[in-house]
Amino acid sequence: MAKIVELITENVGKVRPDSLEDYLNASGYEALKKAFKMTPEEIIEEVKKSNLRGRGGAGYPTGSKWEQLHEIDETPKYIVCNADEGEPGTFKDKIIMDKDPFKLVEAMTIAGYTFGSNHGYIYIRGEYPLSKKTMQKAVDLAKEAGYLGDNILGTDYSFDIHIRTGAGAYVCGENSAQLNSLEGKVGRPRIKPPHLAEVGLFKKPTLVNNVESFAAIPYIVLNGGEKYASFGTKESGGTKLVCLSGNVVNRGVYEVPFGTTIREIIYDLGGGMPEGRKFKFAQIGGSSGPCFGEDKLDTPLCYKETGKNGLIVGSGALLVVDDSNCAVDFAKCISEFFVHESCGKCTMCREGNRQLLRILTRFTEGKGCKEDFALIEQLSNVLPISSFCGLGETATRAVSTCIELFRDEFEEHIEGKCRAGICSFSEGGK
Amino acid sequence: MLTNQQIRDVVQKYEDGEENILAILLKLQEASGQNYISEDCAVEVAKELNIPASKIYDLLTFHSMFSTKPRGKYIIEICKSAPCHVNKSREIVKMFENELGIKMGETTADKLFTLQFTSCIGACDIAPAAKIGEKVYGNLTKEDVKKIIQEYREGGK
Ligand SMILES: Cc1cc2nc3c(=O)[nH]c(=O)nc-3n(C[C@H](O)[C@H](O)[C@H](O)COP(=O)(O)O)c2cc1C
Ligand code: SF4
Ligand code: FES
Repeated sequence: MAKIVELITENVGKVRPDSLEDYLNASGYEALKKAFKMTPEEIIEEVKKSNLRGRGGAGYPTGSKWEQLHEIDETPKYIVCNADEGEPGTFKDKIIMDKDPFKLVEAMTIAGYTFGSNHGYIYIRGEYPLSKKTMQKAVDLAKEAGYLGDNILGTDYSFDIHIRTGAGAYVCGENSAQLNSLEGKVGRPRIKPPHLAEVGLFKKPTLVNNVESFAAIPYIVLNGGEKYASFGTKESGGTKLVCLSGNVVNRGVYEVPFGTTIREIIYDLGGGMPEGRKFKFAQIGGSSGPCFGEDKLDTPLCYKETGKNGLIVGSGALLVVDDSNCAVDFAKCISEFFVHESCGKCTMCREGNRQLLRILTRFTEGKGCKEDFALIEQLSNVLPISSFCGLGETATRAVSTCIELFRDEFEEHIEGKCRAGICSFSEGGK
Repeated sequence: MLTNQQIRDVVQKYEDGEENILAILLKLQEASGQNYISEDCAVEVAKELNIPASKIYDLLTFHSMFSTKPRGKYIIEICKSAPCHVNKSREIVKMFENELGIKMGETTADKLFTLQFTSCIGACDIAPAAKIGEKVYGNLTKEDVKKIIQEYREGGK
């Protein structure tokens, strides 16, 4: 039976987001006070012990990232919180910002202190105007009370947080694109290396972490990295916020320890499919993640086991799809997303995604042909190795895994048959 | 129509103007009354911030929340990402289209509503979802659609 733990969601629903008092009563800012008595090296050591890995999608070990930035002498350094949350099916960073905004403020302040940085930025997607207001309010209240601004809590450390907005572009979640956007430029990705720890915001050393990654920091500082890690598996420390969506009874965000199986999440927490429907497949990690069938449901959620099974942890999005849906139509929906979101900088991502969508559209109209499978395969092989950033690298993953699972359905569409009755072949189907 | 003075006032409200360019443009778009940034407006912002107007145009066409053409007073954005899709968002699309008598991407003759798609708005737990301004609507049914539009019609004239 899956269990829920509350390490980073402990305050969700229990504190008022606009009340610093509530946050303080819930042991808020104890971690920052403790951090002020630690050296930066000690803090980084705890983060390393926690086995925390980036929750924005890429899963890079946070301790290593922090260590690398620490070793760079150049100043000033900047702290950036990635709150772009653009991966479809992901709605967990929103919960932290909307329900426990002071935790993010405190976490970023701890990070700022660790690196001797005086300025932090939170880049919030334009689609979340209310989260932006809530965060701004929390920043203002913290400043008024001396938890932000000059000489925090009477120390000689000063830190300010600036809230910035996006305006609707998935690629601005990619960290280097985000820094361009924060500088007022168009958010197209930068070439790496140099890494952002060396040449980041305004060409200065910069830390970029996801909201959920930051939100784990106060717990880690307060209770120790080992304690946090003990909730997870050997390699994957702590908990993950899972965003369960699609055709399940209880959709929502759940904080689960690593090691919980996908089946437990879907059935124990999610309550399974709505009455009378059958599981068809699921997709993990958002639209850039793979689709998988029943046979992989017992995979434990953790970086190692998902990797072994061709899955990812990603942002924590878990989309369940029941048998009332058509696999071809689903693939087309994903493909439309990438055509829309490709920034156009490199040819293969821009044109390749367009061609993929054209082919999939043909299938949904009953105009596909056997040769199209080879074309799709070619695109799926070429995009990951010829794209400039992670968007193009992962854009074909859902479609190719979907075809692996449901080749028979794609073939039926060539014959003008859609077993789910979603695709209509009225306009010239065979 | 915003006067040049009004545009300058908005721009000057933001410190670090250029870094806040997206916030400025969103604000101006909202203040335009027609949910768009006109060429004149873009040129004025460029002058005020001392950056080329072509850069503003690049930003406006890059981000899906901006429009360079006039739109309705209310933008109804229907989510078309996968979690909403499998919760039959296409039916919501039809309901809005029927109720307003326009297709996706179009604006009603009274300039009150524009219908458009959006990528995921983080409301997947209440899919199918739509957004009007800052307000998010979920678990939409035919009755909801009727009611929502009625409300905006009454409040929006
Ligand atoms: C196309 C694309 C979109 C991304 N979107 C997001 C996002 O919305 N939020 C996020 O935190 N990370 C996103 N990332 C990952 C970031 O590049 C980066 O790895 C992350 O912010 C680092 O923080 P973390 O280590 O704490 O996860 C995206 C990456 C790519 C390639
Ligand atoms: S891979 Fe796609 S999104 Fe990334 S830089 Fe190239 S065109 Fe832009
Ligand atoms: S997919 Fe529609 S709100 Fe997330």
